[in-house]
Amino acid sequence: MFNLVGLVPLLPLAAFAAISLGVWRDRRLSTYVALGGIGLAWVIGWGIFFATWGQSGLVEHPFRQTLLSLPTGTSRLELGFQVDPLTGLMLFMVPFLCLLIFIYSRGYMAGDKRYSRYFAYVSLFATGMLGLVVSDNLLFLYVFWEIMGLCSYLLISFWFEKPSAYRAGLKAFLTTRVGDALLFLGLLLLYSRTGTLSFAEIFREESLRHLAEVQAGLPLLGALPLSTLIALLVFGGAVGKSAQFPLHVWLPEAMEGPTPVSALIHAATMVSAGVYLVARMFPLFAAAGPGNAAMNTVAFIGAFTALFAATIAVAQNDIKRVLAFSTISQLGYMMAALGIGGYVAGVFHLITHAFFKALLFLGSGAVILGAHHEQDMLKMGGLKSRMPVTFWTFLAGTLALAGVFPWGGFWSKDDILNEAFHSDLWIIYVVLSLAAFLTAFYMGRQVSLTFLGKPRSHEAEEAKEVPMVMQAPLMVLAVFATVLGLIGVPEDFPILGPILGSNPFHHYIGEMLALTGAHPVALPVNWLVLGISLTLAVGGLAAGWLIYGRKPLAAGQPDPLRARLGPVYTVLENRYYVDEFYQATVIRFSLWLSEVFAAIDSRWVIDPFVNLVGRAGAALAEILSRADSSVLDGAVNGVGKLVRAGGRGLRQVQTGQVQDYLLVLVTTVLLLLAVFLVL
Amino acid sequence: MEEILGTVPLTWYLTVSAALFCIGLYGVLARRNAISILMGVELILNAANLNFIAFWRYVGAADFDGVVFALIVMTIAACEATVGLALIVGVFRNRRSVDLNNLDLLRG
Repeated sequence: MFNLVGLVPLLPLAAFAAISLGVWRDRRLSTYVALGGIGLAWVIGWGIFFATWGQSGLVEHPFRQTLLSLPTGTSRLELGFQVDPLTGLMLFMVPFLCLLIFIYSRGYMAGDKRYSRYFAYVSLFATGMLGLVVSDNLLFLYVFWEIMGLCSYLLISFWFEKPSAYRAGLKAFLTTRVGDALLFLGLLLLYSRTGTLSFAEIFREESLRHLAEVQAGLPLLGALPLSTLIALLVFGGAVGKSAQFPLHVWLPEAMEGPTPVSALIHAATMVSAGVYLVARMFPLFAAAGPGNAAMNTVAFIGAFTALFAATIAVAQNDIKRVLAFSTISQLGYMMAALGIGGYVAGVFHLITHAFFKALLFLGSGAVILGAHHEQDMLKMGGLKSRMPVTFWTFLAGTLALAGVFPWGGFWSKDDILNEAFHSDLWIIYVVLSLAAFLTAFYMGRQVSLTFLGKPRSHEAEEAKEVPMVMQAPLMVLAVFATVLGLIGVPEDFPILGPILGSNPFHHYIGEMLALTGAHPVALPVNWLVLGISLTLAVGGLAAGWLIYGRKPLAAGQPDPLRARLGPVYTVLENRYYVDEFYQATVIRFSLWLSEVFAAIDSRWVIDPFVNLVGRAGAALAEILSRADSSVLDGAVNGVGKLVRAGGRGLRQVQTGQVQDYLLVLVTTVLLLLAVFLVL
Repeated sequence: MEEILGTVPLTWYLTVSAALFCIGLYGVLARRNAISILMGVELILNAANLNFIAFWRYVGAADFDGVVFALIVMTIAACEATVGLALIVGVFRNRRSVDLNNLDLLRG
């Protein structure tokens, strides 16, 4: 089974190649090729996942398949694929979600003029993510990472006729590039110090210890263990890809792409890649001991992002934008969990979140399609009766995201909060709890505004349920969002714990911690934490319902929170003016810098210098040309003229008259005779 | 015959010969008609012949060098006259003239 791991990314890649090389002419065939590629990848992916589920020892000795062996002077750089529990878990999640999203796309993209191209791009996108999770080294990971960056650009600006869409694509690409550059630096640093990029080599005990002991002196920051420095650089990449503060600005704009793409980016691929990267490199983060600078940075940025994005989500009216900020917030959760050492909790949330967030995005896509491309929630309402399947599945996703017992998000979020509660950083716990409340609140608000009450616009009035091809993925995802959390039920949870086995997920993924030398400890169920988290979730949903659902808004009525919160609401609505801040600082600075460089190029230095050289050359050529035509040509012509003049003079002698010659002869003889006689 | 020889010194012959040569040279240089020039050339040759004979008679009668030379010159003169006249005839046929002023094709 494991031998087929290389096929997982290659199948969608083959689909991409086939579609872009000719199949695109036939839309129907393109769909089948794309679905076939991802479908086979899904089958193999699940095969590998179930094979890893029961197998122990994969952490210390992961299955590895070397694809390339590049000679690098004295050593060889081995690049290939690997299978271990983390990879297996991602292979459970990624291809399955991709497949569902592909199926859903058939309905959502039907009739689009670039239908085939869409399927080519999403296949390549799936290649990027699948390749990323099966890579056994950072170089491959980086390559697939960049493929995803490219695809996100292509897909976000898929409807490039809209100026906002191509700008959003550009923004996503450039913003994530900032992170990518840091990741690449980390990669280079790691390679220069260890001479290897493969995970198995880096995570060997002695190389980790070596990295943790060597100090890297940095200006301003002082001495840091090398492992921490590299981990921070790697985290920079994750911040860009997983849209953590301060590089979160691209994710809401990514809503400009088709909605299935949003689901793909927000759930199955792209943003998960950042969390996956941190999880994958976790031994490196943890190398310098618990609570080191790298881990704390991850924890604080994650927690801050979780709360920061949740507050923004409260004041957004675009149905997808709310979900976008929700994604940022939930990714912050995962990061925070990893940062405080809650490895299992973080990865658990990554998986459950992927499913319910995909569900929510596909559900919002269904709403948008059903409501004739209306995205403003204030203009929706009353869709519950018009789109029942969408409503009930969306509700399942909402309960999962809010963390209501027993939906998926409850277990993973509670896991994270439990970890945070028991960590040294109590502030993280407080921040995450607040974020949990806000999460429930904005989801309650969203459901109330979208589905409850009466339609507030003509579009919502006429909304229709989406076709079956889109409903089916929603239903499948709703089931998964509801029950998936049960694989991670704590062992000592009453009734459910014993029934569901002794927390199989924890044992499965917890093994990965062996690389850090730690033993996975499943925290006991803390009823205080659990009670608070459940209260916050239900309370948040209730608050959302009380404000928006009990007394439905009338058409054109502003958000009631606007009046109550005043300027705070405006700040939230404008996303803390982070974009404006970047516009005023980073972007303006870049533009200014580029103008300076343009001026250096075209006005001050380069062009004038080039022109000067050109002019000097022309002047020199002019002088040389003059010298040539006057001196050289003069000499040559002079010789010619001289010869000619001489000839003209001499030819006078040749009269042609034979008597003249004779006369000369006689005269000469007489002269010679005279001379002879005289002398 | 002997008396004449005895009374006429060599110088006289040479003088006549020189005069003859000069007349011929003048003819060659001054005349424009090609035939006249040919005639001048004959005079020059005959002046040379006269010299040969005179010197043979007065100086070196022991052998027959001078006589032989004179005979050869006469033969050559005959040939020369033939060839010269033939050339002149050819020129005349081409140019309808034997005036040397017109024969200047080699003028530079």
